[in-house]
Amino acid sequence: MAPGLNRSVAEDAPLLALRGIVKQFPGTLANDHVDLTIGQGEIHALLGENGAGKSTLVKIIYGVMKPDAGSLRWRGQEVAINSPAQARALGIGMVFQHFSLFEALTVSENIALGLNDPKDRENLEGRIAEISSRYGLPLGPHKAVHDLSVGERQRIEIVRCLLQNPKLLIMDEPTSVLTPQEVQALFATLRRLRAEGCSILYISHKLEEIRSLCEAATIMRLGKVVAQCDPREKTARELAELMISAKLKTQDYSQKHSAQGPERLVVSKLTIRSNQQFGTDLKEISFAVKGGEIFGIAGIAGNGQSELMDALSGEIPAGAPGNILLDGAPVGLERPRARRRRGGCFLPEERNGHGAVGGMSLAENGFLSAHIRGALGRFGLINRRRTQEFAAKVISTFDVRTTGPLAEARSLSGGNLQKFLVGREVLQQPGVLVISQPTWGVDAGAAAAIYEALVALAQAGTAIVLISQDLDEILLLCDRIAVIAAGRLSEAMDVKDATIERIGLLMGGTQTGREEEHVVPA
Amino acid sequence: MLFRLEPRGERSGFWSIGSPVLAILLTIVTMMVIFALLGKPPVQGIETFLITPIANVSGLSSLAVRAAPLIMIGAGLALCYRANVWNIGGDGQFTMGALAGAGVALALPNGAFWWEYPLVLALGVLGGMVWAGLVAWLKLKFNANEILTSLMLVYVANLILVWLVTGPWRDPQGFGFPQSAMFGAGATTPDFGSTSIHLGCALAPVLALVLWQILGRSVLGFQLRVVGQAPRAARFAGFSNARLTWIALLVSGGLSGLAGIIEVTGPIGQLTTTITPGYGFSAVIVAFLGRLHPVGVIFAGLLLALSYLGGDAAQINLNMPNAITGIFQGVLLFYLLGADVLILHRVRRIRPRATEAA
Repeated sequence: MAPGLNRSVAEDAPLLALRGIVKQFPGTLANDHVDLTIGQGEIHALLGENGAGKSTLVKIIYGVMKPDAGSLRWRGQEVAINSPAQARALGIGMVFQHFSLFEALTVSENIALGLNDPKDRENLEGRIAEISSRYGLPLGPHKAVHDLSVGERQRIEIVRCLLQNPKLLIMDEPTSVLTPQEVQALFATLRRLRAEGCSILYISHKLEEIRSLCEAATIMRLGKVVAQCDPREKTARELAELMISAKLKTQDYSQKHSAQGPERLVVSKLTIRSNQQFGTDLKEISFAVKGGEIFGIAGIAGNGQSELMDALSGEIPAGAPGNILLDGAPVGLERPRARRRRGGCFLPEERNGHGAVGGMSLAENGFLSAHIRGALGRFGLINRRRTQEFAAKVISTFDVRTTGPLAEARSLSGGNLQKFLVGREVLQQPGVLVISQPTWGVDAGAAAAIYEALVALAQAGTAIVLISQDLDEILLLCDRIAVIAAGRLSEAMDVKDATIERIGLLMGGTQTGREEEHVVPA
Repeated sequence: MLFRLEPRGERSGFWSIGSPVLAILLTIVTMMVIFALLGKPPVQGIETFLITPIANVSGLSSLAVRAAPLIMIGAGLALCYRANVWNIGGDGQFTMGALAGAGVALALPNGAFWWEYPLVLALGVLGGMVWAGLVAWLKLKFNANEILTSLMLVYVANLILVWLVTGPWRDPQGFGFPQSAMFGAGATTPDFGSTSIHLGCALAPVLALVLWQILGRSVLGFQLRVVGQAPRAARFAGFSNARLTWIALLVSGGLSGLAGIIEVTGPIGQLTTTITPGYGFSAVIVAFLGRLHPVGVIFAGLLLALSYLGGDAAQINLNMPNAITGIFQGVLLFYLLGADVLILHRVRRIRPRATEAA
């Protein structure tokens, strides 16, 4: 116990006050004298680009990292939080962006695993049921996790936190994988928590969400706090401009490109079995994309997106050559390298270990997918000069912040690595580009750069398939969209005819998006 | 005072070379402590262990002869392990290479060197490849774990060897000893001058250097490294896992087979029931000690060969148990793996802060 804890605590003291937090990493000052004050019963937004220092700050609050300097006051008392266990004991809970759940176990088994104290496990199911009903978080305690949607998985993590009666709940980008309906349900839960006096530190890039949910915001840029404000009094655009250094250009991306010429990618009746244990099989997927067109595939995670990506790139062969036509050529049975030779470029959702090799240099990661179209090899040998030049060109064109082509991929922040990978594919001048979740975990500035690159590519006549769970992104960029649910793809619709409600219904699995089935659990 | 390891974000060029040097220095210090604890003079102990065995030309040539098979097998295993294929049956591939080559040598006792010797070597390589190829086939066809199959095939190979030298291939003029006839001049690995250094001692480092170039500069080497580090990224890039598994096993099997046929046509000169003192297993240590880098394998092979010779010398001169060789290898591996952390991390001192509450 910290000395002096029995001194009377001022009732009006903020729940958590950080003063002058400094955290130095090799090469960067991640937190530069950061102040943050979270009031009791307040939903407080933490805004900033990737690399602004948000994650570092949150890790300090949650006890994962220790600050080099600065002080932390919890309800007026100075404390040092040395471990996540200590943070939880104080009353700080955290829901991470990436869930840590065991797919093969049930909901209550997963929650029990997260509890350290055996006496917490007594009557666990009763307490889960009580918290579920009190906060509107429907959960079946006996369901296996692999059967659950992402939204349900998130509820498990939230319930796991709430079992500890937190005073402060930290949520790291909680809505990036939810349907619009699920987002509304989550917000209702968070507002109820606030009403009961629980404070929430809410990290997000989605400015409209922050404006509708939060009553205070701290905005960070390059490790420093640049503004503290009430987000309800600002426009989304003002918030974004505070967040990124350059002024945002007003963009209407969809006007800049249009379908032209023949269909460059035709998928017809593509049916494949998933190559993963808890994967989704694809059933009779058909669509066609013309040059200059950006075709969006919306859907909730785990509905066949990764299988579709693998089938298009050639990692999983299709049933027959004619299932996939690339510029008219039947490529259904061709390997990825043959498809690249024909002008196909691909970028899967997962960066680490799929789109990139963390332990290899950027130059080698450039070679990974660009060696055929970029002619980076000769006589079976790597042309080192061309490989490094190619990586250097990607780095400069896409403003990747790194020490150079020889930096290891894992030394880059997620957003920077993503810019490099998108650049790697875009600079190969593909005829068809299939890209999944291009701005997942990427800040607004980097996302804008990626959007501009995709639009420029479409203008140049490339057919682009954009697989994304971010509806705003799809509506912003695409000409036509379709929704994937349970391995089936809906009819394509013009983006003008697409409403959030209709897409939400399709995501829930109704075929036309017009039937009146409910998809949000009551 | 507290220390903490921080990721550097990049490989440190200095520590890539500095780490094995540091490890060797720490090993020497530790060995001296061990000698002192055993009541032996530490400085003389180290001298006997590390310097006496190679203080003269014949010692140096023994070192080269012991190191040659270790380097050849170790370099192949390093490539294999980079591709995440865990072949630990180098000893079996060594034996089968020796058998395949020896079969030709015994069948043609009077062949001319210029055509018979290359043929014998080629069959040696082929024998090792077939034995490792079996492992690849079992892995890809039945998803059988290569660690188990390659290990079990070592014993199969050894039984075939024993059967052949006690049965069909036993030397009729050998007084019933379980050994084959000596090979003819056309199937004998040439020596250099009056030393025991043979062609294999020169070939081993050359092959290691070739593998280094393949791994670092060729598209094939790149594919092997990618499939080893990130199998999904290899699939994404379109590199065939089956093809790379075949290549990794055939290359390492072929090199083990080559080491085997050179050993029996060189230092041994005939087939016996014990043609390998476990070179294929020691080469696993060599590969890791050389940190899966073919050039590192050259040094590791020399060091491991030296530890065998040093163990012999310590036994004879200082009356110490033979286990000293194993202790030396263990201590060295321990320090090397520890020092390797410095390549990707730096040590930082944590200053206790006044603000910290207990």
